[in-house]
Amino acid sequence: MSAVITASGLGKRYKNSLALDNVSFQIEPGRIVGLIGPNGAGKTTALKAILGLTDFTGQLNVLGFDPRKQRDKLMGEVCFIADVAVLPRWIRVHQAVDFVANVHPRFDRAKCEAFLARTKLQPNQRVRQMSKGMIVQLHLALVMAIDARLLILDEPTLGLDILYRKQFYQHLLEDYFDENKTIIVTTHQVEEVEHILTDLMFIRDGKIVLDSDMDAIGERFIEVMVNADKADAARALKPLDERQVFGKSIFLFDGVQRAQLEALGEVRRPSVSDLFVATMKGTYA
Amino acid sequence: MKTFYWLVKREFWEHRGGFLWAPIITGGIFLLLNIMTIITAEVVGAQHGINFGAGGNLRHVIDNMDAGDMSHVAMALDLAMYSAMGLIVTVLGFVVFFYCLGSLYDDRRDRSILFWKSLPISDVSTVLSKVASATLLAPFIAVIVGIVVGMLQLIILAIVLSFHGINVWQLLVLAHPFRVMANLVGYIPVYLLWALPSVGWLMLCSAWARSKPFLWAIALPIATGLLISWFDIMGLFHLSAGWFWSNIVARGLLSVFPGTNVAFTAERFMHDNGGQPNLDFMNLAQTYGSLSMPQLWIGMIVGAGLIAIAVWFRRWRDDS
Repeated sequence: MSAVITASGLGKRYKNSLALDNVSFQIEPGRIVGLIGPNGAGKTTALKAILGLTDFTGQLNVLGFDPRKQRDKLMGEVCFIADVAVLPRWIRVHQAVDFVANVHPRFDRAKCEAFLARTKLQPNQRVRQMSKGMIVQLHLALVMAIDARLLILDEPTLGLDILYRKQFYQHLLEDYFDENKTIIVTTHQVEEVEHILTDLMFIRDGKIVLDSDMDAIGERFIEVMVNADKADAARALKPLDERQVFGKSIFLFDGVQRAQLEALGEVRRPSVSDLFVATMKGTYA
Repeated sequence: MKTFYWLVKREFWEHRGGFLWAPIITGGIFLLLNIMTIITAEVVGAQHGINFGAGGNLRHVIDNMDAGDMSHVAMALDLAMYSAMGLIVTVLGFVVFFYCLGSLYDDRRDRSILFWKSLPISDVSTVLSKVASATLLAPFIAVIVGIVVGMLQLIILAIVLSFHGINVWQLLVLAHPFRVMANLVGYIPVYLLWALPSVGWLMLCSAWARSKPFLWAIALPIATGLLISWFDIMGLFHLSAGWFWSNIVARGLLSVFPGTNVAFTAERFMHDNGGQPNLDFMNLAQTYGSLSMPQLWIGMIVGAGLIAIAVWFRRWRDDS
């Protein structure tokens, strides 16, 4: 099966900043890709380019479509949840379901109603009467009932409490995701998605600084907890990052032999958030 | 086609207040004012000892009317129906004006555009569904409500007069409710064509403005008009500044108000009727007479162009 998204030389300039700087990447089907970056790094611009919501330079192919020219056809195969507040406030639950059911050829009404039945949402309820968590439940019910090949989530759980956040990703994994679907997600709550991701992309100042699958990351990046007496030996191996915990130093290494590190202390797989912090050092400085 | 139907339906859901309740409430207020006027007249009349129906005078008058008088009565009754309509279409003008200004702006402001754009709907259909809602759906509902209110108005008059011992039901036969309805419904397509430049301009501002579309829509043409008046630029084309004000500024902003095409043709039909305007200005021949005006067709082409630009902005405006 060919790639879901192929981008080469993607660029986008706003008035006084470069949001995307000659970015190239490829996303295969059946993956869950985390697109992670600091504020203003170009995450949302990249997603907008994929969705045909913004103009850009370079080549981009999404499911065989050019998002600039065939946006309405493309949206038949792609679903999109921007952050929680984008459902129109006047719409009622039953109106939203009716509308999507009648304009979207791949919408399964029964499936949507089954999802809604598991929530407290009432058919006559308006979006403006709902909490943020309920709005996202409605949006998720609409999206999960669409048999799309690509789902794009831009900060989908922003401002939700932990119950809604857990539920959101759980539903997504259990009831939606399969090998024919691809999900791209951006979020700042890295801890919550790192266990479901298959691929990781770090973006910084409009450039992709890391693009790898999770297994490769586990091999490439290693964290070692080192006693003070071996700290200098560890520093000689040029760690990415060093921090102190309980009198010990934790070093993060990129591409150093595991056997070599095991001699220094206890090795483990770094968390995505530690990796992120180490990679993005100095971003706001 | 099904998608387009649901797009228009969505507009109706969102703007039920303006499209449906505004004409109904206006019609209700109109009837209420009429009833209050009648009651006041009755009370004042009773205090001063005037009784319209007393001694069968009015009865006598009616019995002795000739054909010419009859046609005047008919006209007065038709006028009663049109008068309800007059108030409702004025409100309709405001509703359409502000609907157009918000149509491509409100969802950008509250970011729900991101939801609408996540559905497989082209921007052309979205914009055209809004044009259709403004120029066909809204006037159609207003006309239906206007007709119902007009009928109620006739019935109220008839009941009041019958309290005075006058059987006016025979007079009601003189009215032409069906002709009035046909005239009003028949006016809608002309309204669509005539309103297009205004609708186009307002929707363009709505799609383009980053904030305050109302201010841009009003300020740009008026500022241009002032500059033109000041420097007498139209003199270059051997036209007066007044031409610019009426054909560009007023046409661009006010054509959403039903009946403004009549103002443009007023001179002509006054002439046709030997200087005696009468209700025939609402008849369909007169209405479709507008189709012979170059202003209507030029305006329509300009309006279509403005809508095309609005579609372009809808597609590429990127500020959410």
